[in-house]
Amino acid sequence: MSDILHDILTAILVLAGALMCLAAGVGLLRFPDVFSRIHASTKPQIFGLMAVTTDVAVNNFNVGTVTLIVAIVLFQALTAPMAAHLVGRAAYGTEHLRPDLLIVDELAGRGAPGSPGAASVPPPPD
Amino acid sequence: MMQAVAIIAGIFFAVGGLLAVYRIVRGPSVLDRVIASDVLVATVICALGAEMALNRHTDNLPVLLVLALFAVLGSLSVARFLPGRDST
Repeated sequence: MSDILHDILTAILVLAGALMCLAAGVGLLRFPDVFSRIHASTKPQIFGLMAVTTDVAVNNFNVGTVTLIVAIVLFQALTAPMAAHLVGRAAYGTEHLRPDLLIVDELAGRGAPGSPGAASVPPPPD
Repeated sequence: MMQAVAIIAGIFFAVGGLLAVYRIVRGPSVLDRVIASDVLVATVICALGAEMALNRHTDNLPVLLVLALFAVLGSLSVARFLPGRDST
């Protein structure tokens, strides 16, 4: 691969990862409730990490680097949805959501799973 | 060209991290703070990786592996053991 093409690919992938981080920050600032902030926060955790580590793998292409990068992306893809899922369940259980923003609420009337006694908790005063 | 790319990417990372810190400080509930701290860790991971990619070395890859494995523990434990009503 020629040198200028290499530089252009590096620049595109690094800027994609950086743009994901910026978009997550702006989404955290602007979005109204916990669920939409979860949606914003999972972008740099997966897409940003994949762009940046792909860039590293392109620059140093050998077996050790690629193996380590596959392990990094795999562990991040295993753990990030787990955290987002638990935070979402806790948000539903403690009623940190705005019901007017929900389109479908399949858990309505059942109480919240995984947070005992949460159905009788009054909404937070804000 | 790579100098300009490094500067622009650094500005993006800095703004994203500062907005996450703002949400950690101001966040109306504990869960907003937890999500924002996740975003801050993801920003740190992406910045370390971008530094590796721009300088053509692989020294930070073990750091990335450890962060990808253990960054989840904070938010997971807070979300799991959150009391029924937090005092914000």
